[in-house]
Amino acid sequence: MNIVNVRRISQAFFLALFLWFCIAGTFGQEWWQLRGWPVNWFLQLDPLAALGTVLTTGTLYAGLSWAIGTIVATLFLGRFFCGWVCPFGSMHQAVGYLGRRAKPLSHSLKVNSHHPLQSIKYYLLLFLLAAASGSLLAAGIRIAWGVPLVIPVLAAGGIILAGVTARRFKAERKKAAGILLALVGAWTVLAFFFSVDRMLGASLLTGLLDPIPLVHRSVNLVLLPLADATFQKLSVSQRHTEGAWLIRSVFAGALLLNLVRPRFYCRFVCPLGALFGVISRYSVWRIGRTSGECTRCGVCDAGCEGACEPSSHVRIHECVLCMNCLNSCSHDLITFGTAPSASGQLVSPDMSRRGFVLTLVSGVAVVPAMRLGGYTAKNWNPVLIRPPGSLSEIDFLSRCIKCGQCMRVCPTNIIHPAGLQAGFEGLWTPVLNFRIGSSGCQMNCIACGHVCPTAAIRPISLDEKLGRNAFHEAGPVRLGTAFVDHGRCLPWAMDKPCIVCQENCPVSPKAIHVKEHFVTVRDGIRVVTAAAGPVLDTAGTPLKPGGLATGDYYLRFGNASEEQRHLIFENTERGIAVDPGFSPGPGISVGETVEIQVRLQRPQVDPDRCIGCGVCEHECPVSGKRAIRVTAENESRNRKHSLLL
Amino acid sequence: MTGISSENERGLNRREFILRTCKAGIAAAAAGSLGYLLHDGLGPGPSSEAGDAQVSLPDFSIPGLEGKLSIVTGMDRVKSVHLALKSLGGIEAFVKKGDRVLIKVNAAFATPPILSATSNPELLGEVVCLCLAAGAASVVVTDNPINDPGSCFALTGIGDAARSAGAQLVFPRDGFFRATTVAGGTLIRDWPLLYTPFENVNKVIGMAPVKDHHRSGASMIMKNWYGLLGGRRNIFHQNIHDVIMELAVMVKPTLVILDGVTTMMTNGPTGGSLSDLKQTGTLIVSTDQVAADAFGASLLGRSIRDLPFILKAESMGLGTSDFESLHPIRTSVG
Repeated sequence: MNIVNVRRISQAFFLALFLWFCIAGTFGQEWWQLRGWPVNWFLQLDPLAALGTVLTTGTLYAGLSWAIGTIVATLFLGRFFCGWVCPFGSMHQAVGYLGRRAKPLSHSLKVNSHHPLQSIKYYLLLFLLAAASGSLLAAGIRIAWGVPLVIPVLAAGGIILAGVTARRFKAERKKAAGILLALVGAWTVLAFFFSVDRMLGASLLTGLLDPIPLVHRSVNLVLLPLADATFQKLSVSQRHTEGAWLIRSVFAGALLLNLVRPRFYCRFVCPLGALFGVISRYSVWRIGRTSGECTRCGVCDAGCEGACEPSSHVRIHECVLCMNCLNSCSHDLITFGTAPSASGQLVSPDMSRRGFVLTLVSGVAVVPAMRLGGYTAKNWNPVLIRPPGSLSEIDFLSRCIKCGQCMRVCPTNIIHPAGLQAGFEGLWTPVLNFRIGSSGCQMNCIACGHVCPTAAIRPISLDEKLGRNAFHEAGPVRLGTAFVDHGRCLPWAMDKPCIVCQENCPVSPKAIHVKEHFVTVRDGIRVVTAAAGPVLDTAGTPLKPGGLATGDYYLRFGNASEEQRHLIFENTERGIAVDPGFSPGPGISVGETVEIQVRLQRPQVDPDRCIGCGVCEHECPVSGKRAIRVTAENESRNRKHSLLL
Repeated sequence: MTGISSENERGLNRREFILRTCKAGIAAAAAGSLGYLLHDGLGPGPSSEAGDAQVSLPDFSIPGLEGKLSIVTGMDRVKSVHLALKSLGGIEAFVKKGDRVLIKVNAAFATPPILSATSNPELLGEVVCLCLAAGAASVVVTDNPINDPGSCFALTGIGDAARSAGAQLVFPRDGFFRATTVAGGTLIRDWPLLYTPFENVNKVIGMAPVKDHHRSGASMIMKNWYGLLGGRRNIFHQNIHDVIMELAVMVKPTLVILDGVTTMMTNGPTGGSLSDLKQTGTLIVSTDQVAADAFGASLLGRSIRDLPFILKAESMGLGTSDFESLHPIRTSVG
């Protein structure tokens, strides 16, 4: 079997495995559901997720250690992951193949030639890693400033340099002016770091473009719900994804760009590919030519997936090890070995020094700039309800890779990818929506934290979530607090009995309690025209026959000191029948007024008890904008959002 | 291509002109008639939602067995249900060989069985086994819970109990609901009903625990049929007593089993804490759902006058609230 077929089998295997893990991400107890399947394995193999979280947190969380294996293998083999493993890469390769099928060799030669803009992905990688390194940088600056001698030494050095420059000023005016300018610049930058230290922060933005989270969220949140709409095997009811259009557009756009150039995403955008490209400069084995002379037939260049031009100076950092050149060279001049290519090789990406510095500074600066919006400070968004066990917002943003695994696993389908509720850096991070889905956050469920590959949502225990046993003192994990909208709530605003929210509150004792009110209904004050035992005839607007017989309406009469209230059993347009055991007797006579009252139980939220699970909001019969809604006040993950003393 | 080139060389000849005119004429006629056929001068009416074909549930009760009531005291549900059925003539009196049985459980909440917010899995398993032993061809267990269905059937233990006893567990999938209208009803009209599990079924058993319920006063057998409705059924809470009465009109069961071995006295119907529960040690098996609920009210310490839905159901002729008039058979399992 030739090497290209081996590679195709490998790609098909890993793509199938990836799709299988997406299916097995279903919450449940069947063999094909989430019960030990390593559904995060591809995310854990991803060194960009690992490196990103190491930069932001200084630790390598649990299964992310798999990424070390990928890096080590890359050090020996080069970008094998791109050509042999990556499920997104395999999709691109397949679409790219379909796009240039039956087209002449000259077309393939054209679209598979190296393009100078392929270096964009290295800048993207640098930008994303720089954005992730803000807190590391801030820590470094704090340590440096903490050393007592640093500032005097810097100052003395500056003064000496300035003095030297001034003396040379006459001799080498141009050079001295340059040094002076550089000094001014350096001091300005230092001053910037002095004052802006508090604003420096890390934000893990890699997940926006990292292909593994990207393909996970696209398949799990868009393709699977669409496929399952027909089969209804993965879910009892249709699953939804808020903002699916954007995820779908990015995914479809990335795939369609293969018709412009094969593996467009891999060549121009993919920051993970760029990371592998940087690592592969040290790789032991690489593609290369065994002889400097050849017939220049161009077949190797035409089939090249990475556009790395094996016929001339092969670009090692672009080579995805598709092995097409090795297989197609009819003179066997191409080999995968340890010797450098006989026709020369290029090992490092063509980035300019200026571009490098500019990108690095932009990356570091983008996080403080984004946070000027105040989303992580005073301007925090109360509709941003994070899954149970989520870290406080800044820590959360430094870990979340936007892979959507929590959204996939949530049995109630309430976790959704955020739009811009959390600012741009929060795009596609998990946010709870209690209108979509089959219920609120289920009290006895902790699936999201246990599937999260980076512990942005901590893997809490049920004891911790419910505030039991060892966590009794700490109390339950609160997602927010429910607020009753008195302008929309049926018993509050419209004098209609309801209390669905109270019924469904899962906390014991219930966080939603009710206060009983008797309210006189519209046109409810009536004059008695006849009284016969428990049946009264009244004058006034005609009543709806039977309308007062629901068990919720009462007749009130008597004076303030001695008032009585009796349940209405039946009514006609004018007649009202109350409890048969009641006889008006001398207390009520013709000409007296009575009041028809409705007994209302009006819901109130006890913020001490409310955990913000959102079941009440989900069940509220005011189905558009709910009359009881959860917002993030009092959420456990951020003490600054607490509501109570 | 040759036609075009020949036209270019020498212009159009007569034959080509006629051919082209004919094609244009046919296309114009087709466009005109299509426009005429599709023309709609009025536009859509006020509601474009076409009403679905209505379904309704047949009467599942057995003639001649009306008004049977058995009350067993004791803490062992399995023994109690055996004894209760024996006193009513055995399960064979209700389930015949080849019958297809549906058991409507209460699986409303995703809580463990110890919290008694849902039907007891041990009791369910036993009843399924009894039905199968009596020769039932199939037993279906279903509910449309309030919380997430998958979580509910898993956490309540109902899913496992049903499957391991040999019953078929039916989830409330989107396509399983059909529109129903309760005869004489004012609330349940053209409303989605969990109908597919009832197809081909000829016996229905209702099984529910006794629970406190703030809005209606109590959640027992009749309130449990709420779980057969789909849609945004919560709006019926505005008139809870009438809707429970209509539910009892909608479903005429073969048998009901009201589990008052543990009663949820407070914080219902969700509960959530053992302190909400009281050991009341009573199991009720009856063919009269109104009588069963009327007796159940006493376990909650409530009078029938506190529960208008019982009186409403009685006035509809669905059963009697005066359960003593049925001469209940009282036994004890010690």
